[in-house]
Amino acid sequence: MSIEETENEIVEEFEIFPEWMEKYEHIIEIGNSVPKIDEKYKDEAHEIKGCQSKVWLHSELKDGHIFYSADSDAIITKGLVGLVIRVFSGHTPEEILPANLSFIDKIGLHEHLSPTRSNGLTAMIKQIKLDALAQQALVTKK
Amino acid sequence: MDIVIKSTALNKELDVETIRKDFPILHTKVHGQPLIYFDNAATSQKPLAVINAIDTYYKETNSNVHRGIHYLSNKATNEFEESRKTIGTHLNASPEEIIYTRGTTEAINLVAFSFGEAFVKIGDEIIISQMEHHSNIVPWQMLCERKNAILKFIPVTENGELKMEEFKKLLSSKTKLVAVNHVSNTLGTINPIEEIIASAHAKNIPVLLDGAQAVPHMKVDVKKLDVDFYCFSGHKLFGPTGIGVLYGKSKWLNKMPPYQGGGEMIKQVTLEKTTYNEPPLRFEAGTPNIEASIVLARAIDYINKIGLDKIAKHEHDLLLYATEKLEKIEGVRIIGTAPHKTSVVSFIVEGIHPSDIGTLLDKQGIAVRTGHHCTQPLIDFFKIPGTVRASFAFYNTFEEIDIFIKALNKAISMLK
Repeated sequence: MSIEETENEIVEEFEIFPEWMEKYEHIIEIGNSVPKIDEKYKDEAHEIKGCQSKVWLHSELKDGHIFYSADSDAIITKGLVGLVIRVFSGHTPEEILPANLSFIDKIGLHEHLSPTRSNGLTAMIKQIKLDALAQQALVTKK
Repeated sequence: MDIVIKSTALNKELDVETIRKDFPILHTKVHGQPLIYFDNAATSQKPLAVINAIDTYYKETNSNVHRGIHYLSNKATNEFEESRKTIGTHLNASPEEIIYTRGTTEAINLVAFSFGEAFVKIGDEIIISQMEHHSNIVPWQMLCERKNAILKFIPVTENGELKMEEFKKLLSSKTKLVAVNHVSNTLGTINPIEEIIASAHAKNIPVLLDGAQAVPHMKVDVKKLDVDFYCFSGHKLFGPTGIGVLYGKSKWLNKMPPYQGGGEMIKQVTLEKTTYNEPPLRFEAGTPNIEASIVLARAIDYINKIGLDKIAKHEHDLLLYATEKLEKIEGVRIIGTAPHKTSVVSFIVEGIHPSDIGTLLDKQGIAVRTGHHCTQPLIDFFKIPGTVRASFAFYNTFEEIDIFIKALNKAISMLK
């Protein structure tokens, strides 16, 4: 499934939750099913700065595709990172880098995109893209 | 039940419903819900008396202050200096001891620089506490770095009070200044400032009080306290942002060099040498925030019209009511349980991150603050990731607390 297809799938999924409460219950559910990061990666190097809560993100390159795992001490933050991971995981850096993630706006979570927002969704996306850029450089070097 | 009956009577005395009409923003909706604003320790809302005064200033007074030859400049200068008198009267200080700053942060930075330049040398000590806002930590760290001086900390107890015996042990012949908050922004603890000042003065050590969280809730008399420096921010006192006040005893201000150089602060400038103006203008370089300086006096008039005694009583009842309700919720732990507190209640819920609670309260129209509240050393002491902080003002109601408790229960049930 392409990045755009996954985004559309998420938008459809959220359409059945017009109420904020159901929407956030769903985000919490996603948070609970995020691919769990290996405990050894929960260190300073894997921590995403700019979040009020702690978020750790790990990526692994397999055959040119990046796979993510993450954790956070806040469940809503974890749900948000879960959504982004679901969209990006299994894709190549070339696919990840230009993605504009319009689904966030479409499912009404744009308020979390403000750069100073405490759960730091923007910081996560920036980190994922920087990471993809680094991975791309690695691939090119090989 | 006791509290409710008592509070209803006081409620009438304060007439919160009428007061709320003075604050247009309290009638807005967020996320489709009526706004419940419990983030007053971060900033307060503004009454029409303040909002209209800003409008009037730009329509009728706007001009640059001091040295003006024309009508408007004189009008602006008069209002600007009248406001200084109002602020002085409110604190029981002379106008020449009142310095306009951008806020509490700038006031502390001013003292850290100018007092530091005049009085702090290598090996000297400054005492602050473990419960300070970063604005009352970082300027002193910077001073200590500049002067090779040493920063000492008064430790805090588990219930969020200063360890006074430890404080007294810290006072020495090397101590040049004690700088502590009057009221903790994170915990609401009202510190024993009389005792702090008496102990420091017994050793001829001056005291600076960060009054940002005190001035909106109680009468402060700097003469009676005999405090050396006292500072606060206008925006927490129902006034505009970008204006704050530093009170300083003339005996210190007269000996302190300027903080910044520029217009207003000079007596005479030649290309070789400048002689500085007397305080307070010595410390007010550049065109000041004229509008906010003038309007701050309107905010002070407004709270004085309501009465700080009445305000304190109502807020105290709100605090007791909220504390009692919160304590009944399973898993809630209140951080900061000192017997003397302003209307701030900080808490954590077992197993739930404060930011998750904050997000779900926001969705229900309730504004609280979550995180470390710019007091990381204090949060680290409690070994928690942060707190949820609800802080009440006199325009808040018992009904709002009921809605908040219901919303909190809903958030907890979703997150558990």
